[in-house]
Amino acid sequence: MFEFIFSPHGYQIILFYVYAAILIAAALAVVTMRNSIYSALFLILAFFSAAALWMLLEAEFLALTLVLVYVGAVMVLFLFVIMMLDIKVKAKSGMSNYTKMGLFIALLMALEMIMLLGKKLTSVIPQGEIIKHAEGHSNVKEVASSLYTQYVLPFELASIILLVALVTAILLTLRSRNDYKRVDPESQVHVKATDNRMKIVKMKAQKGNDIGGES
Amino acid sequence: MSLTHYLVLAGVLFVISIAGIFINRRNILILLMSIELMLLAVNINFIAFSSFLHDIGGQVFVFFILTVAAAEAAIGLAILVVIFRQRQSLEVDNLNELKG
Repeated sequence: MFEFIFSPHGYQIILFYVYAAILIAAALAVVTMRNSIYSALFLILAFFSAAALWMLLEAEFLALTLVLVYVGAVMVLFLFVIMMLDIKVKAKSGMSNYTKMGLFIALLMALEMIMLLGKKLTSVIPQGEIIKHAEGHSNVKEVASSLYTQYVLPFELASIILLVALVTAILLTLRSRNDYKRVDPESQVHVKATDNRMKIVKMKAQKGNDIGGES
Repeated sequence: MSLTHYLVLAGVLFVISIAGIFINRRNILILLMSIELMLLAVNINFIAFSSFLHDIGGQVFVFFILTVAAAEAAIGLAILVVIFRQRQSLEVDNLNELKG
């Protein structure tokens, strides 16, 4: 028993089950919690457990990316929005018809997937353990050499998608205020010399000390 | 750990998040979180296949899915903020203007 736990293979199996159990429990908590801040925190836990599982699958670059991008950026954005908006939690009103139908559809989908995995795909998908890479193999190097040669055009397109998302998010939430002064560039451009923008006034020059004020 | 273990895990995760979308009637935020969970399940599938078949293409694709999911989260949260400004609530049942 102890030899199994402390052997590298047995330890990996234990790690898989622990992380998978935490992942499933966190996912269940995300969809059932009433307070959305708890949901967001459990979603962070789910992402973290998934990153650990990706480490077991020798996808180190994506595991670290998941932690950095999701836990570090996307979930912070979620928490920021949740805490910025003043959301009132209303009392739960029992199971609606949608809930029953949703659970039914989810169970049916699970059944379909189990049938597919258990019966049809056993001859197609590879069985047995993962074949480990040799020592000194770099996952980052492998991903990069594929990303910057074969997939360089989709990589550039991804940057355009991010730019569009950036502009859209700003444009959607931008509120124009009308209590501050600003220059309208369009009317500035359309000014002509004949518009009489400057008026010359003729008046008599004032003489002496009768301007007043100082004494 | 064989590939089937990872596929079953991803399937369970996907089904949980589908159920979450239907169960949830309170909050659009949790709908967005369920969508993120679904994308995570799909990514687990991609990475499992990629490392069991020794094909790096799957991991590159996960990279692109992460990009698109981040963009989707940003735009979704912006839409959510606009909805909250107009209605002062995020209840899913209130969003019935289209009568679909």
